[in-house]
Amino acid sequence: MAKRISGLQREVLQVYRHCIRAAHRKPLTNQPNFVRYIRTEFSKYRDISRKDFSTIEHLLRVGNRRLKMYSASEVKDIH
Amino acid sequence: MMMSGLLKKNVGRAVFRRGLASEVAPAAPKMKTFKIYRWSPDKPAEKPKLQEFQVDLNNCGPMILDALLKIKDEQDATLTLRRSCREGICGSCAMNIGGRNTLACLCKIDPDTSKQTKIYPLPHMYIVKDLVPDLTQFYQQYKSVQPYLQRKSVPEDGKENLQSIADRKKLDGLYECILCACCSTACPSYWWNQEQYLGPAVLMQAYRWLVDSRDQASTMRKEMLQNSMSLYRCHTIMNCTRTCPKGLNPGKAIAEIKKALATD
Repeated sequence: MAKRISGLQREVLQVYRHCIRAAHRKPLTNQPNFVRYIRTEFSKYRDISRKDFSTIEHLLRVGNRRLKMYSASEVKDIH
Repeated sequence: MMMSGLLKKNVGRAVFRRGLASEVAPAAPKMKTFKIYRWSPDKPAEKPKLQEFQVDLNNCGPMILDALLKIKDEQDATLTLRRSCREGICGSCAMNIGGRNTLACLCKIDPDTSKQTKIYPLPHMYIVKDLVPDLTQFYQQYKSVQPYLQRKSVPEDGKENLQSIADRKKLDGLYECILCACCSTACPSYWWNQEQYLGPAVLMQAYRWLVDSRDQASTMRKEMLQNSMSLYRCHTIMNCTRTCPKGLNPGKAIAEIKKALATD
């Protein structure tokens, strides 16, 4: 049986999903750049403790803010 | 040739230097301890901590902001805070000093060096770094009360919207607010319901536009506040009035809105 995930974990996965979906609305040639960026940003804090709630919540806020900024249609590419 | 001349001159000056008659012995250093909240977003996994700094009050300005800038200049350049006007008119340096929300530039340093002064960012706000809180939500709430003049008719002379002296008097004690967010972040109701309750600072501005005799949108403004959350989360705790660094009275302004809504 798969391990039950907590609410916070679900939130993180949701943000990740929203990011990837936003990346797929970008110009086709630049989509891999966005996906690579998203993956490196998420893997930076991959080894954070599951119980470190305050940090995870902060990172979620940062992530949501950045998602809002980068999903604007004016942003075409990312490095 | 010229170099040696210069040298000679300097030597001569050193030999004949006289002490001033009014010279005083250097005063004993008055070291004051400041404990400052530190947290950096670059290392989000590290917990926030209080860092101690020692400042000699003999060569430091009288205000907390002077001490903070001195620490930033001489001891730790990574200390982060907002400041601008250094005279209490911009509201940038709002922070929690010794358990009270106030402006660092208007708060005198306690000369008692046996006591420490603790400095925190505004309570119950998300922190950007060290003493810098995230005020996005606060500004959005301010925007939501539409803080600008709304009129359907233009003045007859096509120039100005005139107002009687008595009507202008109603705005005194309201228009001076600098939106430093000291009062809102001192309010327990605002701590628990930050998403829906507008908070004293924003409500006072809502009232400022409600009583303005030139504004014609007061029915719409009142309707916006007519729900259980935006206005009625105020339980007259009055922390806002106690803490306001400009000496204004947001509690009274909120009470006036409640009165205006009740008699509607």
